[in-house]
Amino acid sequence: MIEAGILLLLCQLAGESLVRALDIPVPGPVLGAVFMLGFLTLRRRVPDHLGRTSHDLLANFSLLFVPAGAGIILHAARLEAEAVALLAALIGSTALTIAVAALVFVGVDRLVSGKAEQESGA
Amino acid sequence: MNPQLDQLWVYLQANPLGWLTATLIAYWVGVRVQRAAGGRPYVNPVAIAVLLLVGLLAVTGTPYQTYFEGAQFVHFLLGPATVALAIPLYENWPAVKRSLVPMIAALLAGTITAVASAVGIAWALGASAESLVSIAPKSVTTPVAMGIAEKLGGIPSLTAVLVILTGITGAIIATPLLNALGLKDWRARGFAVGVAAHGLGTARAFQVNDLAGTFAGIGMALNALATAILVPVLWHW
Repeated sequence: MIEAGILLLLCQLAGESLVRALDIPVPGPVLGAVFMLGFLTLRRRVPDHLGRTSHDLLANFSLLFVPAGAGIILHAARLEAEAVALLAALIGSTALTIAVAALVFVGVDRLVSGKAEQESGA
Repeated sequence: MNPQLDQLWVYLQANPLGWLTATLIAYWVGVRVQRAAGGRPYVNPVAIAVLLLVGLLAVTGTPYQTYFEGAQFVHFLLGPATVALAIPLYENWPAVKRSLVPMIAALLAGTITAVASAVGIAWALGASAESLVSIAPKSVTTPVAMGIAEKLGGIPSLTAVLVILTGITGAIIATPLLNALGLKDWRARGFAVGVAAHGLGTARAFQVNDLAGTFAGIGMALNALATAILVPVLWHW
């Protein structure tokens, strides 16, 4: 667990440092994930402790958004005043984005892999 | 209140331990309720936890800042958890490599749709200028979205809330919406949810299918990048 913790934090630290040093518009932890991917590629396998720890972290990923979510209490007045516009934008845009991204993914995937011809009448 | 209880309350209020525990319990309640509801996506554990905590803060008259002193330990783990996304990514690397072209196409379409439709709908319904800037990066993971809003003159903490609400929305609607569209490709389903609803969409995707979760994680990371570059450019233009 300690080793996995050190690895995760070191990657994040390297990511955050590089983002700040070079002033690039990438979030530090995302760059940290790239470093971790590089490490795993060199190791050629996922160490057991790292696999377990990351599994536990990702299994409870949604919990980590709760503290920021409770911040809704700070903006109750504005959210109430603009509730219709903001809610419509959130729900409409999220649904549209999921649909567009998924359909484009499937469409382009068919074009590239040439499955369109194989699946006659699909 | 008797003095002992009073003292206990002062301790719990001032100490991070109380609010950290409350955060974990609220989320645990949310998870149990979702399980009791047969894992239905519209019973969302984060929404339940946030509602419980907001109620508790309101009833006890606790400022959010005091709450966050305890809850920050949970919030902090967002960073390491994002790094941990590299592990399923590595494990599914062959599938990822094969899907590079559809991913890039879906990313561009998704990023532009997310920003344009959010700002467009909110603007058409008369949202204030500050809200428009704050909602533009709503599909991006919290810290990045806050950074974008700040640069453009929005309100970072409002953006954080809109981001979480987007995540909850995505986690709730993704499964029924994608089923209605008849899409069965786990890669496409996961990727779309990650692009539209960042970490909360990714968490939901991991609940449903491991491959979908992996692609959601990639979608989330790539969308954070694309939006961070695209939104400031679009805004000035």
